[in-house]
Amino acid sequence: MSEEASTGFAIHPMDQFVVKPLFGGDHIAWYTVTNVTMWMAIAVLVIAALLMLGTRRRAIVPSRSQSVAELLYGFIHNMVEEVTGHEGVKYFPYVMTLFLFILFSNLLGLLPMSFTTTSHVAVTVVLALMVFLGVTILGFVKNGIGFLGMFWVTSAPLAIRPILALIEIISYFVRPVSHSIRLAGNLMAGHAVIKVIAGFATLVVASPVVIGAVTALYGLEMLVAVVQAYVFTILTCVYLRDAVGGAHH
Amino acid sequence: MDLAAAEQFAQMGKFIGAGLATMGLGGAGVGVGIIAGNFLSGALRNPSAAPGQMANLFVGIAFAEALGIFSFLIALLLMFAV
Amino acid sequence: MATEAHDAAAATHGAADAGHAVGMPQLDFSTWPNQIFWLLVTLVAIYFILTRVALPRISAVLAERRGTITNDLAAAEELKQKATEAEAAYNEALATARVEAGKIVAAARAEIEADLAKATAKADADIDAKAAVSEQRIAEIRAGALESVTEVAKDTAKELIAALGGKADARSITAAVSARLKG
Repeated sequence: MSEEASTGFAIHPMDQFVVKPLFGGDHIAWYTVTNVTMWMAIAVLVIAALLMLGTRRRAIVPSRSQSVAELLYGFIHNMVEEVTGHEGVKYFPYVMTLFLFILFSNLLGLLPMSFTTTSHVAVTVVLALMVFLGVTILGFVKNGIGFLGMFWVTSAPLAIRPILALIEIISYFVRPVSHSIRLAGNLMAGHAVIKVIAGFATLVVASPVVIGAVTALYGLEMLVAVVQAYVFTILTCVYLRDAVGGAHH
Repeated sequence: MDLAAAEQFAQMGKFIGAGLATMGLGGAGVGVGIIAGNFLSGALRNPSAAPGQMANLFVGIAFAEALGIFSFLIALLLMFAV
Repeated sequence: MATEAHDAAAATHGAADAGHAVGMPQLDFSTWPNQIFWLLVTLVAIYFILTRVALPRISAVLAERRGTITNDLAAAEELKQKATEAEAAYNEALATARVEAGKIVAAARAEIEADLAKATAKADADIDAKAAVSEQRIAEIRAGALESVTEVAKDTAKELIAALGGKADARSITAAVSARLKG
């Protein structure tokens, strides 16, 4: 990697992910105000502006921002109700929190010079572990020891049930890994690819192609940002169904 | 073999391993393609049932993609963490 | 060993141009507590925004809208009922008006016919009167003309007889002329 400086191309695709203290200094303690803090705060402000300022008139005939807020509400509410059933609707605020945070972090990350908080494994691992631990605890609280019946596939022949149980248990514990790495990996890869392609613009011959490619990739990344927020949320709902809707899925 | 050469050799091994690990993503691509293609052919046969199955489509894609993500993870670990 | 090399490369690289990422910033575990702390703060903030303000408000608005729509539909149903009633009343009024108009037309027609008959009768009477007067005058003229012819014939006959050297009395001439005129 030390060779990179001597090649002439100054492409540093990972620079955009560096966590920096906002007010100088080198040491990053747990309370230090960093660019992570700033962009998370912007996400909170955007969400607050959309959901609080947009709906402050409580209009029967909604304004534009109010109808966006209502659309998001209806979308997630329907998803929770459809996937987890009536029992799951009381967890709707948690799901909505996750969805809005991921959606707006993803979209804000697409602004030039911004920092994508959801591209960090630390963030997505915490989000996925919250879901994983929450679902596991909830499952045991609601179903007691019967929650373990989820791993014992009664529809299969008795002989292969232990093997299936092993596979089910492995796939259960792999859930938070894939849940978190999917989100972080998709965003990091997309942003790094845009940065690498944009780095080629220093070649004058390639620059028109680069502009087109970056535009196309940017559109793709917009789609990815929304789809990944959706996928994270719907997987949360699917996992929640295991805990809420009994051992069968 | 001196130390510098050994380090270079280890570096080479990491890069080759990372490159090989990314091949796993091809399988994820095939899997996602199969799911999306089958969804589309089903949706064209019965378009009225298609919107209700969008959630299942995305869950299926997510599960198929999960295994590809592991190879991506391995590649990243080889490149940057090992 | 590899880690050492990595660190060494990082050190030289960091010295060469500071501020560039080394490896993956995501796997720099020294920043994890910071990110996790701020993430939890953010999530709690969003959760409170949602549960305290946004979600109750939006669900209230949606419920209110649903209520309004239901009420409006009921009101629309009522208005539709009223409209149907109004239409029936209108149709009835229209039918009445049509009958009335028919009556008026018939009355007007009868009146006009009566007037016309009167006028015709008057005109007939006038015409008859005038025709009678005319006939009378024609008869007078004809009588006058016949008389004149008798007179002229008598005079002419007397003159002829006188010219021929005869002598005739007035009575025989009159008789002869009358016989001729009849013949």
